[in-house]
Amino acid sequence: MKITKKLALTILSASVLGSAFVSTSAFAKTDLSLWYHGAGNKVEAKVINQIVNDFNNSQDDWNVVLESFPQGSYNDSVVAAALANNLPDILDVDGPVMPNWAWAGYLRPLLIDEAKIADFLPGVKGYWDGKLYSIGLWDSAVAMMTRRSTLNEVGARIPTIDSPWTEEEFNDVLKKLKATGKYDYPLDLGMAESGEWFPYAFSPFLQSFGGDLIDRSTYKTAEGTLNGPEAIAFGEWWQSLFVNGYAPGNSQDPADHETGLLEGKYAMQWYGNWAALKNLNKFGDDALFLPAPDFGHGPKIGAASWQFGVSSASKHPQGASDFIEFALQDKYLAAFSDSIGVIPPTQSAAALTKNYRQGGALAVFYALSKAQALVRPVTPGYIVEAKVFEKALADIADGADVADTLDSAADEINADIEKNRGYSH
Amino acid sequence: MFQLDKDNPTLRLIVRYMVLTLIALIFVTPILFMMMSSLKPDQQLLADTSSIRAFLPIGDISFDNYKAAFERAPIGMFMLNSLLVTGVTVVLGLLVCSMAGFSFVFLNWRGKSIAFSIILATLIVPFETIAIPMLLMVSKLPWLGLDGFSWGWLNSYRVQIIPFIADGLTIFLFAQYFKDLPKELIEASRIEGCSWWQVYWRVVMPLSGPIIATAAILKFLAMYNQYLWPIMVTQQEQYRPVLVGLQYFFQLNTAWGEVMAYLTIITVPVLAFYLALQRAFIASIASTGVKG
Repeated sequence: MKITKKLALTILSASVLGSAFVSTSAFAKTDLSLWYHGAGNKVEAKVINQIVNDFNNSQDDWNVVLESFPQGSYNDSVVAAALANNLPDILDVDGPVMPNWAWAGYLRPLLIDEAKIADFLPGVKGYWDGKLYSIGLWDSAVAMMTRRSTLNEVGARIPTIDSPWTEEEFNDVLKKLKATGKYDYPLDLGMAESGEWFPYAFSPFLQSFGGDLIDRSTYKTAEGTLNGPEAIAFGEWWQSLFVNGYAPGNSQDPADHETGLLEGKYAMQWYGNWAALKNLNKFGDDALFLPAPDFGHGPKIGAASWQFGVSSASKHPQGASDFIEFALQDKYLAAFSDSIGVIPPTQSAAALTKNYRQGGALAVFYALSKAQALVRPVTPGYIVEAKVFEKALADIADGADVADTLDSAADEINADIEKNRGYSH
Repeated sequence: MFQLDKDNPTLRLIVRYMVLTLIALIFVTPILFMMMSSLKPDQQLLADTSSIRAFLPIGDISFDNYKAAFERAPIGMFMLNSLLVTGVTVVLGLLVCSMAGFSFVFLNWRGKSIAFSIILATLIVPFETIAIPMLLMVSKLPWLGLDGFSWGWLNSYRVQIIPFIADGLTIFLFAQYFKDLPKELIEASRIEGCSWWQVYWRVVMPLSGPIIATAAILKFLAMYNQYLWPIMVTQQEQYRPVLVGLQYFFQLNTAWGEVMAYLTIITVPVLAFYLALQRAFIASIASTGVKG
């Protein structure tokens, strides 16, 4: 009897413990850390939190824990964390920086079904070395912002995506706008901005002239592409904008850059879709968002914004990839677009948005991304090329000799590539 | 007709005050611009920058930017973090550095000159050059806390405090000041039977008010303005200081009014700290020639 009672107690204890274990393991989720660059942006935070919550509630394996960073210090934080071996499972990365982080070993290829991103805009797919390392939930685009009435006043043709301005037409428009005497400058290029804006916004002009930051066939030299005849033609045109008083130079007042077009100080502004809504609010139907001019080798604009990737330190790359794949649903792409004004990467997501659906106020930006976008050079050395290009353009705007400046820039880029043994190209 | 008279005391006073007023204006106008801008909506703020209106509380004035700034970022937490890290580092730093300075000036020990030279040499080493080795070091250091033993100091207050307690400049300032104290005082204290600790704590430190104030202000500013190190070692928001918090306000379309409101808020502790210690700070400059 005693033994039987003892046995019963043992069985009971084992059953209780067993069931507790089973129920715990059923609900125990593995944490996945996610780093995101959007701290300080309340509307963006709302969308990313929604995605995280929905994902966590949608399955029983993973629990994503979000840590947001301010954008200005995000890259430094990630690089420091990589050095200290403290990277999260999932992180977002600026598109043109991705090859550098992949090459440096911070990222690993995504484990997602690439068929699901077949219809995404090309600029949001982060390929390096033939593998998909990152994918973006949106893209951005630059356009020539102005007013219909401004162009009508000088008899300028309204360009379209199929028929953009030629170099001659564009220069003629600038000349006529300058001659009206109504504007401080005909064109605001955004020289008050610094950093990534220069290569993002201005290298497409160089590429439309036929040059580039680097020879994309090998990614091993800038000789001939950054300082060849096409690049020099671009540099001379670039310098003429400032010499002729068509655009404010490096000393542009940031306040003028913010409000100059709205206040009538500038006739046109070369700027991104994130600033488009304030133009629409101010000018209504008179607002225009025009394609980039064609300088001979087709009109070009920049592409690739922030994208999600999986860190090489992650012990759960499948879970991390599952989260990214989950985030690619049209409803989330549309939610980001509606909340922060970015361009959704698919036609089906665009159809769900307020501004990018067919006939929407900003639909032209989706069309621009699709028709004109060219990603910045896909190479780990891009982060150096971007800085060198920025300095060269600023110097040329200040009056430096075009050929000498571009020669020096090409040499500097080549020296960096050599120092890094070709960046694995 | 008015004639310039060098010996006219009234005229000299007027000229002196005019020059001082001009210098004061140069220093005050940026602060005034920041405060006034924090009360204006963005469009007005940007339009006013090209005129005297930028320094005047006119137009559409409100505290809306402050409300929005508090909604955008956990300002209270950032302030608390900065004040905690700065306060603890300043207090511990003054104690450690003054003891080091005392040791270099009053105690005799082998290698003192070389050690002092090495400490002086650290003054010419920019922090940026040692940031990465320091990061690698602190990411592997052990720690015994209330929650037990752990490895790595990242994401903590201690990683923002401990590496900055001792610094070459503060040790140098104390050592220089201590050198000018009357040697007889120290000798008399020793003859009266004071231990070295008593000489330091009861004789030297009470006479060191001006240099304590100067060192405190300089260290306070250096710590309160920390940016690079915190972004390297604090990935969690709960440990971020005010200058990292400033980055929360720079989005694609920057809300300049909120930036100015945030800057106004985080400038208050600096001004208050300086005002509290300014008499001793000025006395220190007057007596030692030390400048901040």
